[in-house]
Amino acid sequence: MPDPLPPAIEVDHLVKTYAGMTAVADLSFTVARGEIIGFLGPNGAGKSTTMRILTGYLPANSGTVRICGHSVATEPDAVKRLIGYMPENNPLPEDMRVSEYLYFRGRLKEIPRRKLGPRIDEVLELCDLKRVRHKIIGQLSKGYRQRVGIAEAILAEPPVIIMDEPTIGLDPHQILIVRDLIAGLRGRMTVIISSHILPEIEMTCDRVLIINRGRVVAQGTPAALRREVLGRTAYALIVAGNIAGLPALLQAVEPSFKITATGEPDAAGFVQLALATERDEEFGEPLLQALIAQNFRVRALSRAHPTLEDVFLAATRRTWDATQPNLPKPPPAGPTP
Amino acid sequence: MKHFLTLLSHELRMLLVSPSTYIAATAFLFFMGFIFTGILESYTKAPQEASPAHVFFSTFFLPVFFMVPLLTMRCLAEERRLGTIETLLTTPVTTTEVVLGKYSAAYILYVTLWGATAGFFYILKNFSNDPRLLDLGPLIGGYVFIAVSGLLFVAIGVFASSLSRNQAVAGILAFVMLAALIIGGRWLGEAAFLSRDVLAPAKAAVDYAQVFSHYDDFTRGVIDTRHLLFYFSGTALALIFSIFSVEAKLIHS
Repeated sequence: MPDPLPPAIEVDHLVKTYAGMTAVADLSFTVARGEIIGFLGPNGAGKSTTMRILTGYLPANSGTVRICGHSVATEPDAVKRLIGYMPENNPLPEDMRVSEYLYFRGRLKEIPRRKLGPRIDEVLELCDLKRVRHKIIGQLSKGYRQRVGIAEAILAEPPVIIMDEPTIGLDPHQILIVRDLIAGLRGRMTVIISSHILPEIEMTCDRVLIINRGRVVAQGTPAALRREVLGRTAYALIVAGNIAGLPALLQAVEPSFKITATGEPDAAGFVQLALATERDEEFGEPLLQALIAQNFRVRALSRAHPTLEDVFLAATRRTWDATQPNLPKPPPAGPTP
Repeated sequence: MKHFLTLLSHELRMLLVSPSTYIAATAFLFFMGFIFTGILESYTKAPQEASPAHVFFSTFFLPVFFMVPLLTMRCLAEERRLGTIETLLTTPVTTTEVVLGKYSAAYILYVTLWGATAGFFYILKNFSNDPRLLDLGPLIGGYVFIAVSGLLFVAIGVFASSLSRNQAVAGILAFVMLAALIIGGRWLGEAAFLSRDVLAPAKAAVDYAQVFSHYDDFTRGVIDTRHLLFYFSGTALALIFSIFSVEAKLIHS
């Protein structure tokens, strides 16, 4: 091996088809060691399939996957010792106690017996499960079950952790715990999580990978993605006055200012507008001064913070346009205020 | 095979804490006790040719038809239905270890349940004061037959369970396969169309696979290696097919 420390996960031209339907089409990406990566995509984008291939549970049709330099296809045993996996919907045996289950899983993951007891105490503490350690899993609430799944995934301290929707069905307090838990793994373990709760991914992940129809449609840090997909500084404005004269006023403030969406005037004559520029600087103050100088009545002006949701929608829509050119284009969405 | 013992002890523990095991055991012993009393009653009315043990074990197919599907239908079907097979197979265990662990646990339970019927003969010995009723030969032969044939029957049940994610379907499949082996073999052996000269090899094969004639040999004290080979190779085949079935479902899922 030329590189003493190969990247944690290398996926190269991965293809997987189910009965003629392509789930993963030529997917390639690399995850460095210690990185926390978020996996986003609409339903049926191939997230779960990709994760299952990464764990060696499903075979791929073509392409290679390497976990810490070990090929999943040719060295499945080595790979299974390197990963902790929590599948979608977190399947757990109904009739075992939490501590029994963790002990059984620890033995299967080849943790020596004398280390297993202290390690179970440690993960129970980490996942805030101490109170339910003697409860039967079938009687636990969804939040506890989810945390049992996470505890099981990190039990053997594997270098790579793969979690398919770990925060699904948790209340905000438990989401916070899980987020802290995942953040606590930063640097020590490589983590891949998929989620539909986009702010979650944004807060915990170093990098986001958006896939749609089995292809990577965007990747990068959440901030970079936002810029790439949605453009630059944008504003939401609620204003009344001479709307027809507004574009000229905007041009005077900043040449690249454009009105991207216009709402219907309400009873008092106020119109909601979405504005976008091609620059990164703030234009709030000069814009406000110019509006007041022209006798516009301003009710609200705010800088639009596109969320990852907008990025997600924009990026996946882009691939829809690319793969289905004949479909009518959906109306462009303005940045949310 | 590193994880075989871990999996086996886990499976046995799950069987021991599950109420359905005790319900099945009670029902089994009640049913067999009923048969046993029936046999003893017929001995009080008229002298019989065979010993009670021989008659008792000749009803082996009744509990096999119902107990084996009940014991084995859960094992792989349930794992797949719950999805826990996914977490199981992403640890360093192999499919072979998983299937063997589940098979061994079911077999141990099957043999233990039959072993409990030894109590009937103990009671008979203590209360009848008639040594003729307790012929040791057929008794030991009967238990050996149960242990050896159980290997194949339980393996067939495990195979049926690997074919479906629905427990009921797995149970019915196991019942049909066991019935085809035990009753269907007997029926084929008596069927007239097989007696033609052309079909002599097929007839020989069917005669070889007669479970009832194996039983007769065992209780007469004849432990034929051909019979042993029949059950051992059948078991190996059923287990290999179970392993392939679990893996094939992953590849073609």
